[in-house]
Amino acid sequence: MSRVVVDGEATGEIVVLDRPLSFWGGYHPETGVIIDVAHPQHGVSLAGRIVVMPHGRGSSSSSAVLAEALRLGYGPAAIVLGHPDQIVITGVLVARRLYGIECPVLVGSVPVGARGVWRVGREGVGPVD
Amino acid sequence: MRLTETDRALLAGDGGEATEMAMELVVTVGEAMGAASLIEITGAHVDSCLYHGLVSLEFAERMAASGGEVAVPTTLNVGSLDLLHPDMVGGDPDTATRAKALMDAYVAMGCQPTWTCAPYQLHERPRLGDQIAWGESNAIVFANSVLGARTNRYGDFLDICCALVGRAPAVGLHTDEGRRATVRVDVAVPDRWLDDDLSYVALGQFLGQSVGTEVSVITGLDDRADEDRLKSLGATAASSGAVGLFHVAGVTPEAETVETACQGQAPTRTITADEEALGRAIADLSSTTTRLGAVSVGTPHASLREIERLAAFVSGRRARVPFYVNTGRDVLADAEKAGHLGPIEAFGARIVTDTCTYITPIMDAPDGAVMTNSGKWAYYAPGNLGVEVVLAGLADCVESAAMGQIVARGLQ
Repeated sequence: MSRVVVDGEATGEIVVLDRPLSFWGGYHPETGVIIDVAHPQHGVSLAGRIVVMPHGRGSSSSSAVLAEALRLGYGPAAIVLGHPDQIVITGVLVARRLYGIECPVLVGSVPVGARGVWRVGREGVGPVD
Repeated sequence: MRLTETDRALLAGDGGEATEMAMELVVTVGEAMGAASLIEITGAHVDSCLYHGLVSLEFAERMAASGGEVAVPTTLNVGSLDLLHPDMVGGDPDTATRAKALMDAYVAMGCQPTWTCAPYQLHERPRLGDQIAWGESNAIVFANSVLGARTNRYGDFLDICCALVGRAPAVGLHTDEGRRATVRVDVAVPDRWLDDDLSYVALGQFLGQSVGTEVSVITGLDDRADEDRLKSLGATAASSGAVGLFHVAGVTPEAETVETACQGQAPTRTITADEEALGRAIADLSSTTTRLGAVSVGTPHASLREIERLAAFVSGRRARVPFYVNTGRDVLADAEKAGHLGPIEAFGARIVTDTCTYITPIMDAPDGAVMTNSGKWAYYAPGNLGVEVVLAGLADCVESAAMGQIVARGLQ
């Protein structure tokens, strides 16, 4: 079951974060790549992808880094949170209000090992056949 | 969400665009977080003044231009520039111009130009039970844990929105229930470790990795866990995890006992922070590089007491590598009055205010690892600056700088 917290629709390759990521200090808004050297997915791009984050982490500046990445076109296509995280939600809402850029946010989960192209919308999150 | 008439009027735009945008964000985030209503806040600390790209500035200038004025006393976090030592920060001049415009926009909205990540070191600070909206992860965890004030983890933008409307969603750490400890952390290390600042950094790293966002109660500490050490513990835990509140039984204000912190319920799990776990935590944050390039201390901003200790350590010595001390401008003024700056300047240290060495281009590319006493600095600097970091206590940092080589004794 999932709950829509910021509505919108998106399709993209799914990436499930193995460990929580702080966008600030951990994600480059001008490339969309994970730069946290301690993160197991260091070097992976989140741009245009459906990013599954079981937990939030770290700096309160992450809202701004996420909004900046969305402004520049290197943000995620959608975010699925394990728990509601106001730092992530705030970043997404500001990008929508200032620039009209959509990045839907759901609270829910996907099966371990999810891969391929997935879709996020009002009905939840699921793989594209 | 239940809204008052005033809330609804602001949401409808009766107070102008700034409060309409602010209220929309506060209400939408509040609903997403499951809040049933908003509460009044008595103060705010705003992190949004640190420049992260054009979005930072375009948001702030739109708020300021549409008449945004804070409704409660509001302090400001570090910016991207050292306004007292303008030659300190290098980097791209266009970015510096925008960073300055951003800082100006927040002052224009009535925020106090405190420029510190440690607002809990200012003379006026929140008290037990005060409802506040703070940004800056280390400040949030300190306010909740050490002062017993109540704030959620406000991100950039939302912090100033709460300040503009004087309201925040009544959820999470603002509520009694949200402050209940669910994880018990037993510290089981040799007693002498509790005299070592580094133990508190290690405990913070372990805590953040182990509890994520959960509220914990720590046992096995005593009044040696002073404010500087709790600052260090919290700042590290808020970097390695998303810790917004921890209790320390017998030390912090909402944890007279473990039972008080757990509000009479049993913790869902108990974990142990032993010698091995803390040793591993330090190893996670510290490289084994042997060449020393520079030293940076004071993240979060050094307190008056830390500056006093530093002055005693450096007295009569001379740094052989660049040595940076980050602190707030108010603490700096107090330190100057108290006569602590003479020995620090004679040592050759450079004092940085209003910003911090790991968020803005201050350090020349160091010829070797950077030593720090800060778990937070150690966590973020490799990604932000591309440097290797060695973590050690303040005394070892000074010793290393004076010797020109790394002396890091670790936990013993």
